[in-house]
Amino acid sequence: MTTLAEILADAPFFASLRPETIELVAGCGSNVQFEPGALVFREGEPADSFYLLRHGSIAIEAYAPNSGPLVIETLEAGDVLGWSWLFAPHRWHFDAHALTAVRATAFDGACLRGKCDADPQLGYELVSRFAQTLIERLQWTRLRLLDVYGHDGKR
Amino acid sequence: MTVIDSAVLEPDALEALISALRDRGYRVLGPRRRDGAIVYDDLDSAAELPIGWTDEQAPGAYRLARRDDEARFGYAVGPHSWKQFLLPARLRIWRSHRDGDGFAIEPEETERAPLAFVGVRGCELSAIAVQDRVLLGGAYQEADYAARRDGVFVVAVDCFEPADTCFCTSMGGGPQIRGDCDIVLSEILDGEHRLLAKAASERGAEILRELPQRAPTDADFDAAQAAVDGAAARMTRTVEAGDLRDLLARNLENPRWDEVAERCLTCGNCTMVCPTCFCTSVEDVSDLAGTEAERVRVWETCFSVEHSYLHGGGVRRSGRSRYRQWLTHKFGTWHDQFDSSGCVGCGRCIAWCPVGIDVTEELAAIRESDRVAA
Amino acid sequence: MTASAELAAPAAGAMVPQPFRVLRRRRETSDTWTLTLEPLAGEGISPAPGQFTMIYVFGVGEVPISVSGADDGLLVHTVRAVGAVSAAICAAKPGAVLGVRGPFGTAWPVREAAGCDVLVVAGGVGLAPLRTSVQALERSRGDYGEVTLLYGGRTPGDLLFRGELAALRRRGKLNVDVTVDAAAPGWEGKVGVVPKLIDGAAFDAESVVALVCGPEVMMHFSVLALRERGVAPERIYLSMERNMRCAVGHCGHCQLGPTLVCRDGAVYSYDRLAELMAVREL
Repeated sequence: MTTLAEILADAPFFASLRPETIELVAGCGSNVQFEPGALVFREGEPADSFYLLRHGSIAIEAYAPNSGPLVIETLEAGDVLGWSWLFAPHRWHFDAHALTAVRATAFDGACLRGKCDADPQLGYELVSRFAQTLIERLQWTRLRLLDVYGHDGKR
Repeated sequence: MTVIDSAVLEPDALEALISALRDRGYRVLGPRRRDGAIVYDDLDSAAELPIGWTDEQAPGAYRLARRDDEARFGYAVGPHSWKQFLLPARLRIWRSHRDGDGFAIEPEETERAPLAFVGVRGCELSAIAVQDRVLLGGAYQEADYAARRDGVFVVAVDCFEPADTCFCTSMGGGPQIRGDCDIVLSEILDGEHRLLAKAASERGAEILRELPQRAPTDADFDAAQAAVDGAAARMTRTVEAGDLRDLLARNLENPRWDEVAERCLTCGNCTMVCPTCFCTSVEDVSDLAGTEAERVRVWETCFSVEHSYLHGGGVRRSGRSRYRQWLTHKFGTWHDQFDSSGCVGCGRCIAWCPVGIDVTEELAAIRESDRVAA
Repeated sequence: MTASAELAAPAAGAMVPQPFRVLRRRRETSDTWTLTLEPLAGEGISPAPGQFTMIYVFGVGEVPISVSGADDGLLVHTVRAVGAVSAAICAAKPGAVLGVRGPFGTAWPVREAAGCDVLVVAGGVGLAPLRTSVQALERSRGDYGEVTLLYGGRTPGDLLFRGELAALRRRGKLNVDVTVDAAAPGWEGKVGVVPKLIDGAAFDAESVVALVCGPEVMMHFSVLALRERGVAPERIYLSMERNMRCAVGHCGHCQLGPTLVCRDGAVYSYDRLAELMAVREL
């Protein structure tokens, strides 16, 4: 049975972290599961965690009064969910629901923030990785904004 | 080109040549003066040739001037090329009419009178060969071009009076006639005004035999060669043509394109006078009642924005990109597409550009900046 | 002077439209229809996957359309109404007669990919030119390694061939992953861009053959994602589009650098395209 540290060492998101750092991070983590349709978090609630998805899909949603939940994006195994733990006011900006059965590792944000305060190098490593993820999400969002399939697009 | 027979003709024998062609049912086309230029049109008689006229050409300039002799072919090239007869500027390719739920298509018959071209320059012969490769050398043959081209009788003429805009020696197109033709004429003005005529095909020899002539001497052959060698020597413009394909392929972002774009009007004159430009478009038109329709093929220029139109807009919107397309295609990517250069060095584009853009100068500038950057 | 060689008769239907009757018409999305055409005379044409035809509407005009199906002489085209001619094609009802010239162009290397993993990446109407390839891959499933279809569209309502995709998924022979740029209420699938699906797709980068078709921007980002995973340029194939008139290499319209799309494309391998796509307004 693999330990949390072993799972993290295999995850691309934590690639190139030194084993001691992985242990540090693993110390703030725990395995969680969600049933299909389960609420993972709601907009406005305190955001003191982030998730590394290991299996299944999660939908990030905005809620509109006239149409109900609108899926903005879906995330799959290997994706990281949640960055609000890094930045005040540490509140979720969107809802998240499990689309399928989900297995993930949840990380205690407050715990990690404490460790980063004590070890800026750790903070740098984590923030770099989250920046990378944010940039990628921004790229994809911009691509969707281009509306390439729209009427002035090709084909 | 193999010479089957040769003879020396007096200039007046050209009348007999044209008659002989007409008698055999050819539509005779050749040079004549019109609207201040030497153009190609129907020739009824040798008297219609531009006797004693020459052209003076420079970037953005073309004018005729009187010679002090009676040379029949004492000029270089005018705004016309032979492509207007082989690839007409406007051609209906088929008609169709409604037929029940559908429609029926009637392809057009090509006019049948075979063509005879009188006065084809070396560069023009090369240009015809270039267009042959494009329109006949691929997986599909351009049917109308093939029909018009089939059996064209060519009376070629060696050049002895190049224009300042000519650079055929750099592009390998002339001035000496080397390609396939029926009769080659070399006009000699040194001493007695005469033409050395060489038959390069059976049917050329057959016609040559009918013309009043005398046998050629070594002096005649030497004089003819001297005239055309003199033309080659007098050519002022040159292009380093050997590696243009690679040079242009690696200079697609050269700042020279911005520079020439400030002058180029994208008027497309160059493409109209160029003897190898072949771009066409098709128009589908129907009558008001919607019962008759036809497809018409028309010349089109890559300088127009519509040429590269894709739903949403043109791919080449800027003048810069369109000039670059024309020049890099003509001298560069033509090699990739058709295994030859697209330019024969006739210089028409230089004379007929309203702002006098000189392709030899543009190519030299790109080559120079490429050398500096290396 | 002799004309060059004997005139090779052009393939029947290459220059003159052949009449085809609309047999069936199915609406795919708000602006896209699939038409099934049967030849009025003769045996029809046999297009290879990825080829296109020039479709003529009497008195209106002619446009290039990729073949999306070919069965027993019947010709299937999925057309998006973006201009006068395509709108007229989309409006053609069963019984109407259209003109067809072709087929023209290069084909997807479906047979040549035997023994490899195959990744089909399609965006929007780009799935249409890949449809016959997907069908061929499923039919000859045993000839290939992992076979995956990644498909994305603007919204769930803009996805083509939804019934066929669902059936494809059910039959389970190919991996099928579908996403939309923007969800609609009731959509329970993925939301995100197609290139993102490439990240997690099952294929061996060394041996995969990738077939990519869609808007040029989408193809560009898909290629980036494939290159990121280590797929070599010569194993990636794209379908390019340019203004086309004659489709036989004589009119000069479809030039793309040193190539003619009607003759050297529309399917190109990326190693040929990479430098060309990097030059603006080429």
